[in-house]
Amino acid sequence: MTEYTFQDFKSDQEVRWCPGCGDHAVLAALQRVMPRVCEAKGCRKEDIVVVSGIGCSSRLPYYMDTYGFHSIHGRATAIATGIKVANPDLVVWQACGDGDALAIGGNHFIHAVRRNVDLNIILFNNQIYGLTKGQYSPTSRFGAITKTSPYGTVEPPFNPGSLVLGSKGTFFARSLDSELKLNEEIMLAAAVHKGTSVMEMLTNCVIFNDGAHKTISDRATRADRTIVLKDGEKMIFGKDRDKGLVLDGLKLKVVTIGKDGYTEDDILTHDSRSDNLGLHTMLADMKYPEYPVALGIIRNVEAVTYDSAVREQVGEVTARSRIRCMDDLLCSGSVWEVK
Amino acid sequence: MQHKVIDVDDVVIRFAGDSGDGMQLTGSLFANMSAIYGNELSTFPDFPAEIRAPHGTVSGVSGFQVHFGSGHITTPGDFCDMLVAMNPAALKSNAKWLKRTALVLVDEDTFDEEGIRKAGFKTMDPITELGIEDRTIIISPVTSLTEESLKDSGLDLKTIHKCKNMFILGMASFIYSRPVGHLYDYLDRKFGKKHPELIAPNRKVLDDGYNYASNIQAIANTYTVVPAAMEKGTYRNITGNQAIAWGLMAASEKSGRPLFCGSYPITPATGILEELAIHKYLGVKTMQAEDEIAGVCTAIGAAFAGDLAVTTTSGPGLSLKSEALGLAVMTELPLVVVDVQRAGPSTGIPTKTEQTDLAQALYGRNGECPMVVMAAHSPAHCFDAAFMASKLALEHMTPVLLLSEGFLGNGSEPWRIPSMKDYPEIRPPYATEEDLPYKPFIRDGKTSARKWVFPGRKGFEHRVGGLEKSPQGVLSSDPLNHELMVKARAEKVARVADAIPPLEVDGPASGRLLVVGWGGTAGHILSAVHDVRKGGKEVSRVHFDYINPLPANTGEVLSGFDRILVCELNSGQFADWLKVKYPGHEYLQCNKVQGQPFLVQDIVDAIEKAL
Repeated sequence: MTEYTFQDFKSDQEVRWCPGCGDHAVLAALQRVMPRVCEAKGCRKEDIVVVSGIGCSSRLPYYMDTYGFHSIHGRATAIATGIKVANPDLVVWQACGDGDALAIGGNHFIHAVRRNVDLNIILFNNQIYGLTKGQYSPTSRFGAITKTSPYGTVEPPFNPGSLVLGSKGTFFARSLDSELKLNEEIMLAAAVHKGTSVMEMLTNCVIFNDGAHKTISDRATRADRTIVLKDGEKMIFGKDRDKGLVLDGLKLKVVTIGKDGYTEDDILTHDSRSDNLGLHTMLADMKYPEYPVALGIIRNVEAVTYDSAVREQVGEVTARSRIRCMDDLLCSGSVWEVK
Repeated sequence: MQHKVIDVDDVVIRFAGDSGDGMQLTGSLFANMSAIYGNELSTFPDFPAEIRAPHGTVSGVSGFQVHFGSGHITTPGDFCDMLVAMNPAALKSNAKWLKRTALVLVDEDTFDEEGIRKAGFKTMDPITELGIEDRTIIISPVTSLTEESLKDSGLDLKTIHKCKNMFILGMASFIYSRPVGHLYDYLDRKFGKKHPELIAPNRKVLDDGYNYASNIQAIANTYTVVPAAMEKGTYRNITGNQAIAWGLMAASEKSGRPLFCGSYPITPATGILEELAIHKYLGVKTMQAEDEIAGVCTAIGAAFAGDLAVTTTSGPGLSLKSEALGLAVMTELPLVVVDVQRAGPSTGIPTKTEQTDLAQALYGRNGECPMVVMAAHSPAHCFDAAFMASKLALEHMTPVLLLSEGFLGNGSEPWRIPSMKDYPEIRPPYATEEDLPYKPFIRDGKTSARKWVFPGRKGFEHRVGGLEKSPQGVLSSDPLNHELMVKARAEKVARVADAIPPLEVDGPASGRLLVVGWGGTAGHILSAVHDVRKGGKEVSRVHFDYINPLPANTGEVLSGFDRILVCELNSGQFADWLKVKYPGHEYLQCNKVQGQPFLVQDIVDAIEKAL
């Protein structure tokens, strides 16, 4: 039994996102999972810090009754890194949007992933700049018509998963804002995972980009257009659970079970803990309509974290050193007496 | 020829050569040797931005000036008593620094047709062309003498040529009566572990250089500079960058807050990050961030989490950090920002010194965004300045910007080692149980600083950020609250004036002229004022270590004088600051924006004119 309920993590601040915004659901999942996070991590509410940059989703720290830091555009990752390195015992969460993390903060984002700082990064991807009222973002689809691209964008978007795994990320998951239960599971796994955990939440901006993810999120077709990956389970999807993923040479292929000689045994089994970065990358890269879009925890592997390595190194050299304080240091090396 | 040994009070030597000739090392070794011998000294490395500029060209000349003496030495010296020129380009670019009585030592082997042409001489007679034929010129085949010295050493020619600087050091040691024992120790330490086979050859070249100088007839005189009457104590040589690193570490020890430094390499500030990285054994955490912005932002994060947080940079990096510094001001977190200034704007002249970032330090942020601004005035003073910057940041919950200069960062001087017990305690305003329910922007009555709490403490959960808040910490865009908070942040910085020492006037407290300076020009101004006083004229001097806020007695000090001469290495940024803060005085200016320190003579001339 945990000592907390989700109410303990709700601050007294009024939530100011637009009605119908996907961020509400993500916040709800985060508040609901927090008691379990504390239990799993053996931490207390006061050990939790939520950091953000600038953008609609970056308001999130105000709504969590924890320590919080609402910083400046794009820099949340760097600030969160500083917090975690200063005190690795804290459990650090970061909320950021697609513009915040991947445009102005892209550099910090990839370097946090490269270093494997133990951060839990929730990336709210609504494919638009909401707070500035509707300009295209680095994840907007090619050709997107927005206020700054009235004739359509002429630049291809980032796939956040490719960036994370291209930086040898150790944890990447993707989900839809409305998948409350799945999101809690992802958040719990991210918290337990040691290293940079990136959770891409495909959120809907009702005002400036309504329906951006509708192709895959629509209830009627969701089962056919997405696949929820679960460890140890076959990569089967579809309304009738009859489609699956197989490896065809070096590529993934969608097959129908029972057709062309494919049986359930041929279907790949998901293993987020596998070292196989190539397969995880292919899964993260899957796009509709050629493939179903992968949801769930795609990659979850262990590696040394930056913050623990910093702490360990300081500990090691301290233990070895004969210089224990400033007075020792001041008198060490090349000195001379004037009498 | 009769050999004479002459006692002199002080000597300036300039070592100059290709940037690969090891002149920085040669100069610093000579300086260390003189320090241990007991002289006071000051050094000035003057090197190009290129790591290895085209060989033999004027743009690739690297210089290192050492000024040592038996009296009080405050500057690296304007003009030199001896110039070592390892090639024609080094001679060409440094001839202007020769005193009329100077000794010039050149490596004859490099003065061939190609070398002279590469240096850009019009004739094949550089000495006459430069008009220095009246100086004592010692032309020695240093390269071939070094080759001869090591012909049986088994070393390859490239390695042998790297030993040329030891030959020069040997010669200089003879000329200035320096014992070479210290250099032996240095060679043992440098090569002892990895390349013990190089100890003997380097010692041999050093000895051969010394003996060569004593044998040739060209050197008529040698000189002794007796040890200075320095205050009793244990000394070490220290550069400004090293002293800043150590001052920060000292503040960490005194405050009990672990030290975190987030920085990105940039000339001439990198030495601080490198120095801090060595001392992880004292609990120092250094993070080489992915860029300047990440440097300051990781530091801000560390400050929020309870560390003594620092970021170090130079001008262009400070520009990149501007927005984040605004966040530090807004969240009222303790942060130390060190700017080792260089010639700007933009990339400017990265290895050359200047004081041109003052306006940026004071004003370079959006909104009304005041922070404490301080300046270090000598390499050794960088220790105390960094300690005080940390103390003020931690006790007043504010970012503090400490201005250093390339001239200080790379320059060195002997420093009487202090004891940590002589430094004041540092007591950050931690929140106590009495502050519950905790409101982050409720202020201390005396300092106006807010109370500090970091994550991990139960019951004090709170949010900070860049948005305007009420004193209770609630988001607010209320017009009157905004103005209240703008004033409260300014008032907090203004009250730092109560925590800093008053100005001390050097000379009478009133008179015709007060000479004013700040930062690394202190030594030059001091020398100039002494020179003028020797001429029988009365002049007073004051030097500012604290710029925002200015010391509480600034107005009173300025009021004692008819005219105020502000000397600085920019076009008048501090003069402008004083004019705004203390109008109604007659301000005169002495400025230089050449990427070079003042010459003492520049200031003497300005004082004479002002009197």
